[in-house]
Amino acid sequence: MRSRWSYVYFAFYLLLGVVLLFLNNDLSKAVITLMNVIIVLVPLIGTIFGVMYYYNSQEFTELLLAQPIKRSSIFLGQYLGVALSLSMSLILGLGIPFVFYGLFESSAIWDFSLLLITGTFLTLIFTALAFNIALSNENKIKGFGYAILLWLFLAVIYDGLFLMTLILFEDYPLDKVSLIGTMLNPIDLSRTLILLKLDISALLGYTGAVFKQFFGTSFGLIVSFVMLTIWVVMPVLRIVFKSKKKDF
Amino acid sequence: MKNLIVFIIAIFIANTSIAQTIEVCKTCPVSTLKDAITQAKELDTIIIKKGTYKEHSIFIDKSLTIIGENYPVIDGEKKGEIITIKADNVTVDGLFIINVGNSYTEDYAAIRVKNSKNFVIQNLVLEKLFFGIYIEKSTDGKVYHNKIIGDAVEEYNSGNGIQLWYSKNVEIELNYVEHVRDGIYLEFSDDCLIKNNISTLNVRYGLHFMFSNDDIYQDNTFENNGAGVAVMFSKRIKMYNNLFKENWGTASYGMLLKEINDAEIIGNTFENNTIGINIEGSNRITYKHNSFSNNGWAIKVKGACYANTFTENNFLYNSFDIAYNSNVNDNVFDKNYWSSYTGYDLDKNGIGDIPYRPVKLFSYIVNRTPETIILLRSMFIDIIDFSEKVSPVFTPDDLLDNNPQIKKLTW
Repeated sequence: MRSRWSYVYFAFYLLLGVVLLFLNNDLSKAVITLMNVIIVLVPLIGTIFGVMYYYNSQEFTELLLAQPIKRSSIFLGQYLGVALSLSMSLILGLGIPFVFYGLFESSAIWDFSLLLITGTFLTLIFTALAFNIALSNENKIKGFGYAILLWLFLAVIYDGLFLMTLILFEDYPLDKVSLIGTMLNPIDLSRTLILLKLDISALLGYTGAVFKQFFGTSFGLIVSFVMLTIWVVMPVLRIVFKSKKKDF
Repeated sequence: MKNLIVFIIAIFIANTSIAQTIEVCKTCPVSTLKDAITQAKELDTIIIKKGTYKEHSIFIDKSLTIIGENYPVIDGEKKGEIITIKADNVTVDGLFIINVGNSYTEDYAAIRVKNSKNFVIQNLVLEKLFFGIYIEKSTDGKVYHNKIIGDAVEEYNSGNGIQLWYSKNVEIELNYVEHVRDGIYLEFSDDCLIKNNISTLNVRYGLHFMFSNDDIYQDNTFENNGAGVAVMFSKRIKMYNNLFKENWGTASYGMLLKEINDAEIIGNTFENNTIGINIEGSNRITYKHNSFSNNGWAIKVKGACYANTFTENNFLYNSFDIAYNSNVNDNVFDKNYWSSYTGYDLDKNGIGDIPYRPVKLFSYIVNRTPETIILLRSMFIDIIDFSEKVSPVFTPDDLLDNNPQIKKLTW
């Protein structure tokens, strides 16, 4: 099951990469389009795959649990299996057409590698979140519902609320608030990471000392990566913790 | 016999009228530039040999040609102005002038031209300066191939590289200016040509126009200046084929236009600036064949701008193409290429079938609450931008490019 779906996923990215390059004839423009795709699609696919995989292999997992194997290694193994194969499909699927198109000679290589790194992070984060949801919900329909809701919330609704807050409190200094708000959402975080590369000239137009320090130096890049790592580690720890306690 | 007399007379006349050449060096009879100038007659040539000459307050009050051989150093020892020209037809060539005095009350310059005509200032290297080349109430001159390297840090205690004040018909060509306050500054100066200069890393503006009309600047490069290039309160300026690059910061522009009328902006390139062009109170300007790429805002229109036309420009991967702070529009956008255009071209005539709206709702929001810039390229923002595109409320609804190009324009 796992391998078949990751081939489909791989084929999808391959097609996307080829079509984008074919239509755009321009690497940097294709990178911008890809960014939009990665930020929205990768979390969605990660979430749905994670939930689906968990529910599908539930019976097999119960069988495995009867064997003398550590619980954490079963669940971590499953998680890593899904997350890493998804990441590989992403990296290879997008990487191959871009490499053939002459990525190594172009200036877009750094933007592109950053894109793949954030894509991988997002896969790791959202698969872990999906496993968490599935572990906590026996009911499949409920589990799927929560997973989709989680994605919708982080990808769209969160930004809407964020924007409303910023506009409502526009009379107050908001630069710290806006940075913290970004840190709390992995999708926003990866978006900011890519903005740092693509739109740095626009970001520097705003007069805030905190913004300036964050975007003007490598400080922003480092903090974002640290936060992304925390976003991976926290749900994974919860998988381990939850799987130890859970009754099957 | 008669012929011989005529010949001798001719030689005699020629001898007295032919200019003399005076050489200046450490071991020569004339060892300072000041002495050489006192001894020289009108139209003489002074040749300065290699060496260091510690002199300042040198007044040139005759039509002289001063040529430096192998860049002799004129060291002002920070005591004030170094060379002041107060005569017509003076040429200064090939000197290395350093250590101009600083002052808060007087504008000391490395070389100042005052009330003169037909001057030529060329091949100079200026370092450690306050003001560089200061041209005051002078006409018909040439500032050619000079290199000005300052060490300015703050605006209030630094001077400009090349400054023109009440001067007409001056050509400024092939100069290199860096690390001063304003690279090139024109005030009340008309009919000047500024060509092929490089102005970079300056504290304030790369080029600054105030109350100067009918000037042309072309093929210049302005890179990484504090606030870019400012053109203010001037008429009929022509700006051709310049490059504006990497002017980053909160109040930084590729070009700032304020109260400019009837100008032509053609063939310029704006790359990686926070704001490509900032327009305020400027009317009847033609923007054509310019390329705006990777800027934060390609064009920011702040109010009172009427009858401007933007045709056949390339807008490539800017975070925002156009920003307006009101919903009134009297400017024309036509036949441009917009990299973020998503329409189609069914009749294959190279022109998109649905008009393009360059102003996004999000740019309006950012204008109101600057912190929201952090939500740039978010999916939620894309959704509200899309709904605004379908039925404009906050952005000018007649601001459209009816003939957006499908392919990037080449000229």
